[in-house]
Amino acid sequence: MALTGVLRPGHIVIRVLELEPAVTHYRDVLGLIETGRDDKNRVYLKAWDEHDHHSVVLREADEAGMDYLGWKVDSPATLKKLATDIEQSGLCTDLSWIPAGEQLCTGERFRFTIPTGHVMELYAQKDIVGNNCGTDGENTNPDPWPDGLKGIAPSRFDHCLLYGDDLDGTLKLFIEVLGFSIAEQVMAGEDKSFMIGAFLSCSNKAHDVAFIRQPVKGKLHHASFELGSWEKVLHAGDVLSRTKTSIDIGPTRHGITRGETIYFFDPSGNRNEVFSGGYIFYPDRPTITWWDVELGPAIFYHDRKLNEAFLSVFT
Amino acid sequence: MRHLVTIENTGETYYCLEGENVLQGMEQLQRKGIPVGCRNGGCGVCKVQVTEGLYTKRKMSRGVVGADEEASGCVLACRIYPQSDLSVEVVGKMARAIIAKKSASFDFGFATMTKINQPDEEI
Repeated sequence: MALTGVLRPGHIVIRVLELEPAVTHYRDVLGLIETGRDDKNRVYLKAWDEHDHHSVVLREADEAGMDYLGWKVDSPATLKKLATDIEQSGLCTDLSWIPAGEQLCTGERFRFTIPTGHVMELYAQKDIVGNNCGTDGENTNPDPWPDGLKGIAPSRFDHCLLYGDDLDGTLKLFIEVLGFSIAEQVMAGEDKSFMIGAFLSCSNKAHDVAFIRQPVKGKLHHASFELGSWEKVLHAGDVLSRTKTSIDIGPTRHGITRGETIYFFDPSGNRNEVFSGGYIFYPDRPTITWWDVELGPAIFYHDRKLNEAFLSVFT
Repeated sequence: MRHLVTIENTGETYYCLEGENVLQGMEQLQRKGIPVGCRNGGCGVCKVQVTEGLYTKRKMSRGVVGADEEASGCVLACRIYPQSDLSVEVVGKMARAIIAKKSASFDFGFATMTKINQPDEEI
């Protein structure tokens, strides 16, 4: 196996103000598939091409935002090793082991709070429920997509953009301890030496997580889901308009990562994105640098300017 | 049934239809004055102080509106539904930018980190 260590963001737990409107949004508008509910009243969903039991968990709470982001690692041995490495790095706080089964169909998880205030987890095991494409048994002679998809129907939960203050500490953790690479960075200041944004990859994706330096702790800017084409991004815009979903911006293109995108809000104000495109990232690919003065086209390549709400609105 | 909403900061007035929230009513008529963010009670940018009038409300995020604030009429425009004519004062974090014609005054504050972006911050 060439792709080792941390594989991908495997689950995000999103806090919602009212559970059922949120379920309707994530299941019928975004088009995830509901896979379970637990005795804590949490709702579990997955995108159609994900094989693991869930990638999104909704929890009703008084405050919108993200509870935590869970990263799937390649093996139980890696889980133990990275837990030790994180502890020894001294970069994280509130380290704990969450027993298997606390989330449905999920093995034990190692939980920690990173310098930007976000709660993260590592885990190695989650039950496989499959993508329902096989015609002669699971994963045998599969069709390209399953029947019965609803709404926008992205293929997978892809990445998050997070806001926090200690970008340097979080970057050190992700690069030196967890093995991520910087695909793209946004630099500010007279000599462009002050990093204000970092787009990090642990895989072949242009980003698996991104952080923007802001004087807050543990905030969610958006959770993003992958679509196969630009036309599907336009279709997403149609779905969002016909369901009167609160649209933020798009469809448009990002300069950063080159993705084609549309942003919108769930019924509790958490920002979602669906996107397509980008490029294949390899760890030897040179880091792309954007200057703060070019942040307009870096974020919205066609308009070439930011709107205030895009950066100021988060949960 | 419709109710007149007055935005005290700008003097803007508009009619909000029954069943529409204060932010929706404003956006529907393409009026301006209250900053628009998530429209769903999570981000806090449309925070207003209701100075006069009656309204019903839906749940709003405690991350941006404290229980005391909510009780004192400091609420999110996207989550309140007028039951009489209403007067509101914009107090959310983007208020200054909106009132001063936002394009001229806005600064993302990345480099200097002087702009505190807390949702609760009242500028």
